[in-house]
Amino acid sequence: MTDATAAQHDAHEHHPKGLARWLFTTNHKEIGTLYLIFSLVMFLVGGAMALVIRAELFAPGLHLVNPEFFNQMTTMHALVMIFGAVMPAFVGLANWMVPLMIGAPDMALPRMNNWSFWIMPFAFTLLLATLFMPSGAPASGWTLYPPLSLQGGNSLAFVILAIHLMGISSIMGAINIIATILNMRAPGMTLLRMPMFVWTWLITAFLLIAVMPVLAGAVTMLLTDRFFGTSFFNAAGGGDPVLYQHIFWFFGHPEVYIMILPAFGIVSEIIPTFSRKKLFGYTSMVYATASIAFLSFIVWAHHMFTVGMPLGAALFFMYATMVIAVPTGIKIFNWVSTMWRGSMTFETPMLFALGFVVLFTIGGLSGVMLAIVPADFQYHDTYFVVAHFHYVLVTGAVFAIMASVYYWLPKWTGHMYNETLGKIHFWWSTFWVNVLFFPQHYLGLAGMPRRIPDYAIQFTEFNVISSIGGFAFGIGQLLFVYIVWQCARGGQKATANVWEGARGLEWTVPSPAPLHTFDNPPNVDDPDLVAHTGGTR
Amino acid sequence: MSDSRASTLNSKLRYVGQLALFAVAMFGFGYLLVPLYDKFCEVTGIGGRTAEGPVAEAEYLPTEPDMSREVTVHFDANVNSSLPWHFEPVEKTMAVHPGKMYETAYIATNYSDQPVVAQAVPSVAPGLASLHFNKTECFCFTEQLLGPGESREMPVRFFVHPDLDDGTNFVTLSYIVYKNDDATARETVAMGQ
Repeated sequence: MTDATAAQHDAHEHHPKGLARWLFTTNHKEIGTLYLIFSLVMFLVGGAMALVIRAELFAPGLHLVNPEFFNQMTTMHALVMIFGAVMPAFVGLANWMVPLMIGAPDMALPRMNNWSFWIMPFAFTLLLATLFMPSGAPASGWTLYPPLSLQGGNSLAFVILAIHLMGISSIMGAINIIATILNMRAPGMTLLRMPMFVWTWLITAFLLIAVMPVLAGAVTMLLTDRFFGTSFFNAAGGGDPVLYQHIFWFFGHPEVYIMILPAFGIVSEIIPTFSRKKLFGYTSMVYATASIAFLSFIVWAHHMFTVGMPLGAALFFMYATMVIAVPTGIKIFNWVSTMWRGSMTFETPMLFALGFVVLFTIGGLSGVMLAIVPADFQYHDTYFVVAHFHYVLVTGAVFAIMASVYYWLPKWTGHMYNETLGKIHFWWSTFWVNVLFFPQHYLGLAGMPRRIPDYAIQFTEFNVISSIGGFAFGIGQLLFVYIVWQCARGGQKATANVWEGARGLEWTVPSPAPLHTFDNPPNVDDPDLVAHTGGTR
Repeated sequence: MSDSRASTLNSKLRYVGQLALFAVAMFGFGYLLVPLYDKFCEVTGIGGRTAEGPVAEAEYLPTEPDMSREVTVHFDANVNSSLPWHFEPVEKTMAVHPGKMYETAYIATNYSDQPVVAQAVPSVAPGLASLHFNKTECFCFTEQLLGPGESREMPVRFFVHPDLDDGTNFVTLSYIVYKNDDATARETVAMGQ
């Protein structure tokens, strides 16, 4: 994507061609592109798995797949979407945009950057290969709770190794991002002048380093319990399966913020651009993000209320969880206030950002409902939970990623995407995603359990609606693939600034961004740049 | 210029070293959670674990039972799927006075044609009550060997301490029996000789 117009800039470089170029690249933009393409492929793979689930649930009874395969699909859909689609997409965006936004020539550790990407295809080959093994893919849910996960086949070893590889990749990526942000900012770019996307990624990277190793420890214990005779989680040997849940969710709750904080950053970039105003309450945004990150470490047991815990503990985890609504509310307030009396226009990135604000808030509110201990006893492991986390992950994280792709695609490719098709993609996706997930709230409240291939006939109508929404939403994403492909191949030339109201260092370089930018660091206080960067925030 | 490049490199490497160390430490922290959790459960009673050995009666049993209060104890029995045993309590429930010693029993039957060694793992619900539910004698403290078709009544002596929270009127004592594969293999070899 970036090589065509960068040629005159790089004439002095000996650049490998073909596959070797992508295999050995240490350029942050090329690695960012690789991450984004990988993520898109995984999004389609995980989406296909989701459609198997929705097809089976189209009617009560067992029709298409046997229950074992259904369970493998629910498990693999989650693992692929979380570790293969959402997380690599954010890492790809960080690779592309963080150096451009802080005026750095590249990431701090380019060679390590190459390794952290190229680990991913190996990890997912291992993970997806389990589908073709005699014992099948893991079928115990992505949380891999023992004792169930230990009663499956030997393919568990492949899954655990794949998780180790993903973890190593994420940790290396996070170290790289922190070293870049703390070390390579342009002169004058103080911490509190950094764009919000950079801030949210700095905090996310610390979360990654703190919790990915804990997940690695938990799955290593599963591995030794299953194959080497230890009894961490085996009650007969003096272990405790509930211990796994504590360790897992100590990782798992920060993990859900790893998947949403960069989305907050993206939306905080897009809304000011299309409102033609500075972000309202920048400093409070930074502190709200940091508060959410801190709180994420002390709420893990809200995933386990029904396991049983003393009243005091249940109350603590309930209140701590509800407190998260305060910094999140501050963020939503700030986004709305940024739009207040702004000269708003509604290009596709802004539409997705607005869709994010509205629909993520719905997911946030059902999250507060789930935090209420007695209510959670009813909602636990029902479709209400499924509806909740798909509102925050699909209309939250995925919508933000789509918004960011439309927002920065002209900068990456040098071409404008087809605005009409982009708008159709937004309205199509927004309509059908609600048809897909909103009925699942009702199914859950009525008691339909998750991860079960069959259901009682009174749940039929809502499941039919949900499945229709699922297929329509899924087909709509092929339009997204087409729009990106079309934009990469050509189209109306994009200006350097691309968007009238865009502010930030990334808009001072030409479109498409040359392979090498900011070889000489920009001075953020330079009067020419102040207009671009909006000066001090 | 080269000086500042070198110092930038040094500061990069310092970050990388510190952050990598942090990641390794967090991996260790995951394992540290195991003993921390055990200790936490032991102190607070969360998890419903009961004391691993018999409690000394003289030391813990109060001299005066609280005859004015009655607590219902439910007895629950579960068998792990790999164990060919029937296992059930003689009495399903019992009304007890805190501070008074009681005795009941479970009956286990080995319905296979092989000798089998099993071990019972107890737990008490609600978890916080486990601190006040004391067993002075229990088959769970030792391995249990049953020959083919053999049946045995296994006694439990226990008392509920009067310190049990006033709001707790029901306590469940539950056992799961697991097959002890190593001991079973040992016994099978011993019988064969």
